[in-house]
Amino acid sequence: MRLRHMLMAALLPAALLASQPAAAQGTIRIGMTAADIPLTHGQPDQGFEGNRFTGIPLYDALTAWDLSRADRPSTVQPGLALSWESDATDRTRWIFRLRPGVSFHDGSPFNADAVVWNVRKVLDREAPHYDPRQVGLTASRMPTLRRAEKVDDMTVALFTSEPDSLLPINLTNLFMASPTHWERMRANAASAEAAWNAFAASPSGTGPFRLTRFVPRERAEMTRNDAYWGEKARAERIVLLPIPEANARTAALLSGQVDWIEAPSPDAVPQLRARQMQIASNPQPHVWPWQPCFLPSSPLSDVRVRRALNLAIDREGLRTLLGGMMQPALGTYPAGHPWAGTPSFQIRTDKAEARRLLAEAGFSPQRPVTIKVQISASGSGQMQPLPMNEFIQQDLRSVGINIEFDVIEWNALFTNWRNGCGHASARGAHAINVSFSAMDPFFSLVRFWDSKMAAPVSNNWGMFNDPRFDRLVSEARNAFEPAARDAALGRLHAAGVDEALFIWIAHDVGPRAMSPRVRGHVQPQSWFVDLRLPFIQ
Amino acid sequence: MLVYLVKRVLYAIPIALAVGFVCFMLVQIAPGDPINAIVPPDAPQEVVEQVRRDYGLDKPLPVQFALWLGKVVQGDLGRSLATGRPVWGDLSSAIGNTLTLALAASLIGFVLGCVLGGLAGTFRGSILDRVATTFAVAGVSVPHYWLGMVLVVVFAVQLPWLPAMGAGPGGSADWVWDWAHIQHLVLPAITLSVIPMGIVTRTVRGIIAEIMNQEFVVALRGKGLTRFAIFLHVVKNAAPNALAVMGLQLGYLMGGSILVETVFSWPGTGLLLNSAIFQRDMPVLQGTILVLAMFFVALNLFVDLIQTTLDPRIKRA
Repeated sequence: MRLRHMLMAALLPAALLASQPAAAQGTIRIGMTAADIPLTHGQPDQGFEGNRFTGIPLYDALTAWDLSRADRPSTVQPGLALSWESDATDRTRWIFRLRPGVSFHDGSPFNADAVVWNVRKVLDREAPHYDPRQVGLTASRMPTLRRAEKVDDMTVALFTSEPDSLLPINLTNLFMASPTHWERMRANAASAEAAWNAFAASPSGTGPFRLTRFVPRERAEMTRNDAYWGEKARAERIVLLPIPEANARTAALLSGQVDWIEAPSPDAVPQLRARQMQIASNPQPHVWPWQPCFLPSSPLSDVRVRRALNLAIDREGLRTLLGGMMQPALGTYPAGHPWAGTPSFQIRTDKAEARRLLAEAGFSPQRPVTIKVQISASGSGQMQPLPMNEFIQQDLRSVGINIEFDVIEWNALFTNWRNGCGHASARGAHAINVSFSAMDPFFSLVRFWDSKMAAPVSNNWGMFNDPRFDRLVSEARNAFEPAARDAALGRLHAAGVDEALFIWIAHDVGPRAMSPRVRGHVQPQSWFVDLRLPFIQ
Repeated sequence: MLVYLVKRVLYAIPIALAVGFVCFMLVQIAPGDPINAIVPPDAPQEVVEQVRRDYGLDKPLPVQFALWLGKVVQGDLGRSLATGRPVWGDLSSAIGNTLTLALAASLIGFVLGCVLGGLAGTFRGSILDRVATTFAVAGVSVPHYWLGMVLVVVFAVQLPWLPAMGAGPGGSADWVWDWAHIQHLVLPAITLSVIPMGIVTRTVRGIIAEIMNQEFVVALRGKGLTRFAIFLHVVKNAAPNALAVMGLQLGYLMGGSILVETVFSWPGTGLLLNSAIFQRDMPVLQGTILVLAMFFVALNLFVDLIQTTLDPRIKRA
């Protein structure tokens, strides 16, 4: 008996040590690139950095991204909905069965009423809790969702404006806020807007963390939610600090003020490595392209010129320029991705073939083609736009392509993106350099290649119009079995690559640097991370 | 004096209107769209238009300006387009932080500037004068954001003596004057102080040197006053002009430095303006500039009044 006690006593510390990561462990201080704390009312701003830090950790959506693996593209999995299906008799009606036993941070239950309430907050202008601020951040990411209806306590029906197989992917952006908590805020607020502001200061979602301290523009502190319905977070606390300046972020990490920084500048990476910092990166569903103008006056309306550009760019040289912090883009989706398909046009660096195609189109070094590109000097997701574009400009000169840049401010470039290449704001540009997320096929394919999406309706800036692509889009949106939908999206993507509908250049790899004390982080092939996984050792 | 004071306060009204109008128009003329502060760039047009209507951004510009002005008159600077928070809430905390930084930078810059300028002016042409002048020229010439980065690399990264960023271990909300917080202030305050230090040094040197050559100083010497007693007379004569320069510098510092506050992530008005500019957050931009402009007007008035008190020869109409 004594021996057994001694053995247990000896093994106890080891057992405790082994179990530590499962218990709440440490505070992770994160330096974000945003200049302010992303909105905390359930529909974050600041792009996907907002979803990453104040969306997914505080809230859940009906569907969620699987962020647990680094070795494969993130796919959609059940979140607050356990399962879903499109109604075979009415393809605009979807049935979502909800996860039982889930509570909001305030203790109120998550159910079908909560889903309907959250849909109405952005889609029903008559709803008392309708919030225009959240409309722009949410409705744009669910372009076909129209309304929700309660079927029973744990089942809800969602209706779309047209058959749309992409809805479950879109729904990863609709975070569920607590109606009960909002009503409590509303009781003490002068208006619905004021109630949402109060809600943002003390939010209630169902996520793995709850907000415990919020200092506007300075910090947000999130504490682990021990009542979380899924796998609980390993870290006890996450502190978010907005540090928009890249050098300041690097200095903060090196001086020990933070444990984790987003997007260190490529120049700082060797220094960070030399100081034993971990650098995490993985190709993201992000595309840094030149989007062509297809109007007849544009030289890029000729597929041979578009293909020549795709073949002439030295992407490996560009990768060297960025210190390895990019992935060459050979399409919107890399080979092996479920939506990549099998294009017959193989994007690569082949300057001889590029010259041949240009000659066929009537251009040569003696009679070069001139292409004007609208670019920005900076901007979210734009990586290092000036040096990257200048590198490409020099590179393309060798095959007889003259590139001219129209450098404009980032916000102005966004505005122009909605106007289309025929608009005065394009100032005669033949291409525009705006990076985009490729997580959702609507945003990576449909809005660029569907003729109905031509500017100013959406971001078909190039005014591309081809009935074949409209058909392919329709097939994808009407394929309700996941395998059939993936195959249809693959056909759409492959056709786009064959027609060289973009000049594909780079994928961002989402670099982030961390102190050696941060353990357990998984860098998924996604814009998001699972903050439940890392902890401090 | 009272009439003068009332007049100056009344003058501030057209200044406020002009500042508000110019700021409003500048934002409108600049390329880009304030709607980008609220909707992502990939939002469909129907969503963009709906949000534009919801926020009243579809109304004619004069109507938008009049609506904004109507609220400002009632003391409401509106709500941020980007965050929905009242502008005054964010602005008041930012002003508090900038004030802290500006006062610390002023203290360093003005004290150093007066000492160096006083020495240089008193001992004109000496090695002391050359050293002080070199400091002054360096102060006004060195880009302060560069100096800030160098200070961070040396004192926060290489020698981990001081924090690299932020306004306290828990942010500025719980600011207290203890070392844990003050250490966050040291590097940005030093960085921000170099320009006023240089300007004040040069100004004080010039004024002192000029006064030292005046006949009354020769007379004081002839009367047998000590060097220190003469210096006090010189200081009293130099003070009004030096104060005017310091007042202007303090005004600039109060306006916040976008670059220094960005380098140190110091949550002041500079950082607030920086993000408002990039997001085209009109209410924040207009409210901040208006308040800062009024602050500048008030500061100038205050300096004028002190000048009058110090030097009764300065008459106010």
